[in-house]
Amino acid sequence: MTTQDAPIADASGRPADEPGSGPTRAGGRFDRLRSIRIAGLGAVFVLFVIAGAVLAPERFLTLNNLYNILLQASVIGIVTIGLTFVILGGGIDLSVGSLVALAGVVAAAPFAQDGGVLAMVAIALAVGALAGLVNGALIAYGRVVAFITTLAMLTTARGLAIRVTDSRPFIISEDAFNTLGTDRLLGVPIPVYFFLAVAVLGWVLLNRTTFGRRTVAIGGNAEASRLAGIDVKRHTMLLYVLSGVLSGLAAVLISAQLTTGSASVGIGYELDAIAAVIIGGASLSGGRGTVVGSVLGILTLTVLANIFALLLIPSDVRQIVQGVIIVVAVLLQGRSRSS
Amino acid sequence: MGSLAGEPTSLLAMRGITKRWPGVRALDGVDFAVTAGEVHCLLGQNGAGKSTLIKVLAGAIAPDEGEVVWNGQPVALTSPTDALRLGIATIYQELDLVPWMSVAENVALGHEPRRGPFVRRREAADRARRLLADLGHGDLPVDREVALLSPANAQIVSIARALSHDARLIVMDEPSAVLTADEVDTLFRLIGRLTERGVAVVYISHRLAEIRRIGNRVTVLKDGQVVARGLDAAATQTAELVRLMTGRTVAYDFPDRPAAPPAQAGAPLLRVRGLGRARAFTDVSFDLHPGEILGIAGLVGSGRSELLRAVFGAERADTGTVELDGRPLRGGTGEAVARGMGMAPEERKSQALVLDQSIARNTTLATMDRYARLGFLDGTREFADAARVLTDLDLRPPDPRRPARALSGGNQQKVVMARWLLRDCRVLLLDEPTRGVDVGAKAEIYALIRDLAAQGRGLVLVSSELPEVLGLADRVLVLHEGRVLTEAPGGVLSESDVLDLILAGARQDRGAEIQEVHP
Repeated sequence: MTTQDAPIADASGRPADEPGSGPTRAGGRFDRLRSIRIAGLGAVFVLFVIAGAVLAPERFLTLNNLYNILLQASVIGIVTIGLTFVILGGGIDLSVGSLVALAGVVAAAPFAQDGGVLAMVAIALAVGALAGLVNGALIAYGRVVAFITTLAMLTTARGLAIRVTDSRPFIISEDAFNTLGTDRLLGVPIPVYFFLAVAVLGWVLLNRTTFGRRTVAIGGNAEASRLAGIDVKRHTMLLYVLSGVLSGLAAVLISAQLTTGSASVGIGYELDAIAAVIIGGASLSGGRGTVVGSVLGILTLTVLANIFALLLIPSDVRQIVQGVIIVVAVLLQGRSRSS
Repeated sequence: MGSLAGEPTSLLAMRGITKRWPGVRALDGVDFAVTAGEVHCLLGQNGAGKSTLIKVLAGAIAPDEGEVVWNGQPVALTSPTDALRLGIATIYQELDLVPWMSVAENVALGHEPRRGPFVRRREAADRARRLLADLGHGDLPVDREVALLSPANAQIVSIARALSHDARLIVMDEPSAVLTADEVDTLFRLIGRLTERGVAVVYISHRLAEIRRIGNRVTVLKDGQVVARGLDAAATQTAELVRLMTGRTVAYDFPDRPAAPPAQAGAPLLRVRGLGRARAFTDVSFDLHPGEILGIAGLVGSGRSELLRAVFGAERADTGTVELDGRPLRGGTGEAVARGMGMAPEERKSQALVLDQSIARNTTLATMDRYARLGFLDGTREFADAARVLTDLDLRPPDPRRPARALSGGNQQKVVMARWLLRDCRVLLLDEPTRGVDVGAKAEIYALIRDLAAQGRGLVLVSSELPEVLGLADRVLVLHEGRVLTEAPGGVLSESDVLDLILAGARQDRGAEIQEVHP
């Protein structure tokens, strides 16, 4: 037999005998391959920024506008981090936008406002967690397909949000709460700090903890993970709880920003977040994706929206361009099924 | 190898077909010829290369070497459409019908009678009715959705569809596996009608008795090579066929048995009592002691893999108990692993490895908690441990950073073994540990198995290769159709003893079947 001495080429055609020289961490070569992809995505992002600076020189490269971009990216960015984990684990969560609305209106309801800022934040996170738990339990233990479960949650949560507000948004008079969305610290809007913190914690969770490792293993091969003794169902459920909690946090920030609990916020968040995760290099079938990629994905989409707004180009054109970008990103990353 | 020139009437001749996957030759210079109007049986254990061969024939995978001659003309089968157009139809085990379409729509699928863009539904229905009537099943309602049909009837629809493509060669992959005895009779009558019309049938089955009933000739594959070509099906003894399928094509290199057999006194590590699972195995009991290798011998379909999965908690058993260290196991794979059990499953790629992840991460998949404090992984220590175990097992190439996908079968198996060595588990269940592994690596895995037992671990070994089970196991359980036929010390049973047992068991089963049908 030839296998012992002949070099075997792997999927990318590299000979097998090439000794690795990566860091002595278990991820090694993948981290490097991923870094190349992320560097590519980073380069595209920088190109967009340069394009903005060239096309709208007076307005784009101002500190205020850059803060504005970051602020806009923050709420949807937090949702995107949660969705990144769900997608890495082989699932999908379509309900995130509706959960933002539901958590936002419950937290802004008069009874919650009576409890003060801490109660409002806790309620928002709890509503998100609970809805995520329902999603996760149905998917992991009830064996309902994730797409269907979270699609049902999308409409149910939206309906509940409208019912809670009785179609009239709650005005938030708790100033300490509104500060979270409207104030600045060292000139930077507060939600940006939250986004940064969630991104950093998300990166740590994915790359440095057993939770992250299990997520990737389950998304890559659920049966192998199960036979290695991992509780796949419980972990899958937790991924949806995580996504729900982060939707709750996004709800706090958007409600505080608007000083209103409205049932009509977050519409379409799920689509933008999925787009960002995909642009960021994740595979919708699970097992592949990065937090850094997803952050770059959402920043790219936000910068694009900002440039188009500054140039007074109608949003329909932006939507068309966004669609093209998604497809081009996926094609450039060469993520065909065979690779 | 005989000369193919002696078979001028071959409808199909495949010559020197070779297909390599990383690290293994699935097919190694296979010659295969089929004559019009014959039933040619293709035999072989799991992994022998049958599936690969019929996929080549169906145009689903391209061989690396070799040629296919159809009706005297060399042809290139580059897609399933090519094969169908030539008249080669394949009926896979999982029937490839569209469940929520009607019988007529399924028969016409892909070549519907049309007028412009519109399907001529009545003509499609008429055509389906005519084809089914030809097959003696004109009573099948052509407007019924296929999902509502029995497996037997769905199979008939598949055959009708093959005929609607004017198939002249129909490959049937284990068609009898899903059928009752009566339905098998019906299928055989139908195959008789096909061959009368000059259609050739390539018939794959693990039920050896069927081969003598309907086969004209038999070709046996083992380890990707033809070990017997074009045998006369009626004249060849069943025992001979089993010997060909399971026998030695290579010299096995087993390590010496330990001087003293492991003590069977004292408390067993693992105690299995009356374990049963519907349609898989019934009332299986055994003990496993420290330092012991328990072999499970049986043909494909004997329930051996299902048994192993149930013991590990990967599938629920309907009856019976599994005890580890005297305490029952009931919590699924998580509990089994936590309490010191490990399993190397049958299908490494789909059941054991996260192919996109590094070898190191695959190695620590069951132990990552050990390298974590409050959930935070110490990646450096994790990598060092993985690298150490993999070096001990002589992983080649010795780079744990590479993706698991890039490894040969033998080295993938080493990664799975390394996973459980790192876990230091005391009971290891091995399902086909040397499938798709080349000869050199096989010897290494045998030595490893023996080492593990010498360290006081208990091992359960399932293998399609009878010599492997008999050569390694201290005790052998012979399993047939889900029942334990006998349990004996490893040194005592010979290959022919086991085969005799299995064949005797098969005869008993047939007797029982006949009684069930005619009470």
